Amino acid sequence: MLLPFFTWCEATWLGQLVRDSLWLFPVIEAVHLLGLCLLGGALLVVDLRLLGLGLRQQPIAVVARGARPWLVGSVVLMLATGTLLFLSEAVKCYHNPSFWVKITTLPVALVFTFAVRQRLAARDTFRTGWRSRLLATASLALWFTVAAAGRWIGFSS
Amino acid sequence: MTILSALEWLAHTPWSVALHESQYVWPFTESIHVLTLTLFVGSAVMLDLRLLGLALRDVPVSELTGRLLPWTRAGFAVMVATGVMLFYATPVTYYQSIFFRIKVVLLVVAGVNVFVFHTRTHQSVSAWDRDARPPRAARVAAIVSLVSWAGVVVSGRLIAYNWFSCDIQPQPAFINWVSSCVVGPP
Repeated sequence: MLLPFFTWCEATWLGQLVRDSLWLFPVIEAVHLLGLCLLGGALLVVDLRLLGLGLRQQPIAVVARGARPWLVGSVVLMLATGTLLFLSEAVKCYHNPSFWVKITTLPVALVFTFAVRQRLAARDTFRTGWRSRLLATASLALWFTVAAAGRWIGFSS
Repeated sequence: MTILSALEWLAHTPWSVALHESQYVWPFTESIHVLTLTLFVGSAVMLDLRLLGLALRDVPVSELTGRLLPWTRAGFAVMVATGVMLFYATPVTYYQSIFFRIKVVLLVVAGVNVFVFHTRTHQSVSAWDRDARPPRAARVAAIVSLVSWAGVVVSGRLIAYNWFSCDIQPQPAFINWVSSCVVGPP
């Protein structure tokens, strides 16, 4: 049902540009990977804090506020480079189970991070109760699934 | 015995062949190697950005080096363990890969920078712990760190592309020289 849309994606000007270039895909892929490092750092520093680990001498809100611009920036970078990679091989992605795991978990992770986690991480407290630990565990599990499935796109076919 | 012949011997050891030909162990190892970047490079980048006054400005630098660096070190240990496994799976390919060689050089640069930062720059951290913008030496260390680790990640990713592979000839003489390719008579 969605296949015509994926075929259209692959036929877009941008999709063709990336696909027809020898080095564009690898370079965008490398930038996507740099974005992963940044996103991982910005997420982990806050999730560790919510677990009562890492920077635990700071209030949760201070850590979350300090990491937030880089969280937002890395998500934008990941979405931009990810879209380019997807457009260049959309039909291949359509037939790839890992892609579907990633693309369905990603919106959940995004909504969870910017709606649910955001609210709890904004509290100006040092206390990490079961709620913040649960939140951090869910955050780590969701993003781990997105990243692992993303890596596995290249292995499964 | 040359390095090449030693690595050719290594490539024929049973465990190397098993890793190389495995359906799941190799991709799992590779995935752990990539995903641990978030822990290792991710946490190092947060410290670098703090040293540049670009992130976590309200957090003292010593708290990052004291409480975040253990996570960086743990990540590094996983990176090395999985990296050694990946190298062991196809040692000759890595040895003759120009991107792997670039990666090794950048690893040395990054390592020297870590050493200099911790043995010299960081010694005086109590004097600038809460500064939103730490002193010049710390900012320089942060920039060298960001650039060298980013280079390690990018060149590591590009190892997978065989544009300059010794097996695909002819290559420019410079590439064959840099990659130590053994080129037979045409």
